[in-house]
Amino acid sequence: MSRPRPSTAAAAIVRGDRRALAKAITAVESGAPAGDALLRELYPRTGRIPIVGLTGPLGVGKSSLINLLVAHLRSNGRSVGVVAVDPSSPFSGGSVLGDRIRLDRRADDPGIFFRSMASRGASGGLADATRDVARLLEAAGFDVVLVETVGSGQVDVAIRGVATTRVVVLVPHLGDEVQTLKAGLFEIADVFCVNKSDLPGAETAERDLAELASLGPAPDGWRARIVRTSTTAPSGIPQLWSAIEAHEAFLAASPAHAAERRRRLEEEIVGRVREEVARRLAERLETDPALRRLVDRVLARELDPRTAAERLVAPGHRGR
Amino acid sequence: MKAKARAAPVRVLIAKPGLDGHDRGAKVVARALRDAGMEVIYAGLRQTPEEIVRAAVEEDVDLIGLSILSGAHMALFPRVMALLKKEKGSRIKVFAGGIIPDEDASRLRRLGIRAIFGPGASLGEIVQTAERLARGTA
Repeated sequence: MSRPRPSTAAAAIVRGDRRALAKAITAVESGAPAGDALLRELYPRTGRIPIVGLTGPLGVGKSSLINLLVAHLRSNGRSVGVVAVDPSSPFSGGSVLGDRIRLDRRADDPGIFFRSMASRGASGGLADATRDVARLLEAAGFDVVLVETVGSGQVDVAIRGVATTRVVVLVPHLGDEVQTLKAGLFEIADVFCVNKSDLPGAETAERDLAELASLGPAPDGWRARIVRTSTTAPSGIPQLWSAIEAHEAFLAASPAHAAERRRRLEEEIVGRVREEVARRLAERLETDPALRRLVDRVLARELDPRTAAERLVAPGHRGR
Repeated sequence: MKAKARAAPVRVLIAKPGLDGHDRGAKVVARALRDAGMEVIYAGLRQTPEEIVRAAVEEDVDLIGLSILSGAHMALFPRVMALLKKEKGSRIKVFAGGIIPDEDASRLRRLGIRAIFGPGASLGEIVQTAERLARGTA
């Protein structure tokens, strides 16, 4: 089977070849070298569009909201790429990716690309490759990328580092207002969406969130907006998109945002270095006799693990 | 610790073409394939052949499992196979399950559907066949 060279594949993606894009996502997702090469080539084409993250507990209606947001964006002439993440089984490694079932669209509309992703063991509500998959979708020319996280718990905030606007989706009766004071999920929202707002209790939920938002202080000067939506008798979708756009406009005008973008890229680089160093070290611990002796000494209690680690990362160490 | 080996899991699309509303079987198969370590994209009910093939391309699956109980398989399955070919997806292997008479089954096999499971098929048999198809040994 012949595989196109990276530059050919990159050109195909930019040209809007859906099959090339799908193959590239698979390569990136599995950490294949072809994926790395593509990302290197396409990176200059990224960083310009809204990457909108939808997160929140399971069953609050994230997939249904995405379906309606996609329809709203399409009716305004904007193309949309969607990445929807569902969990992998910690037991079998398998997963059932069921977010696509909510999507309802014309099969021949080229302005939508929907990809399901399994979390593949990553914590935080996304897969490790989600950020890069969003980049591929941007490079393929989509105007907006929507990212749906795994149904999240209180600390699943990986979307923070990936999305430009974070929508936290909640429903009435998730808990009293003390829940809104807790750290984690509630801290990352640029927009709160109270979905299923046709149910009783929506006003109370909105009021609790409004109080939370008014307490501030938002470090960057943005105060989270609150929108009520329903997906069964669709309502609030244009308002939800307006709130997202308002945040995007705020970012564009905010000097703090430039610093924030820089900080996030620093985080990404540090994360990648950590992974790479750990990978190389794990490899050498198996093969390098000097390193094996170092571990033997730790095992014999002649050396403690912290000191051993310091020696390993010290420049020019020989493993003694 | 070994360097992180990332053998990509098998990806399979499970879909029900046409208008029948009975998806218990498709869901049970989806679950069994999940437990076998596969990534199962569950596309659900009332899918047109166009939607199925489009999903298969976007999701870059290795396999498609079609479930049908309505009797419309001779109208819908050939269309799926033709569209797959048109979209350069002939590498994707298709298997099917449902109420499919023997004489139809042999015609569908000639169209390239690799395996067809009737009401008596065991989950173990379906999973093993899916694994073999994904490995290219069936």
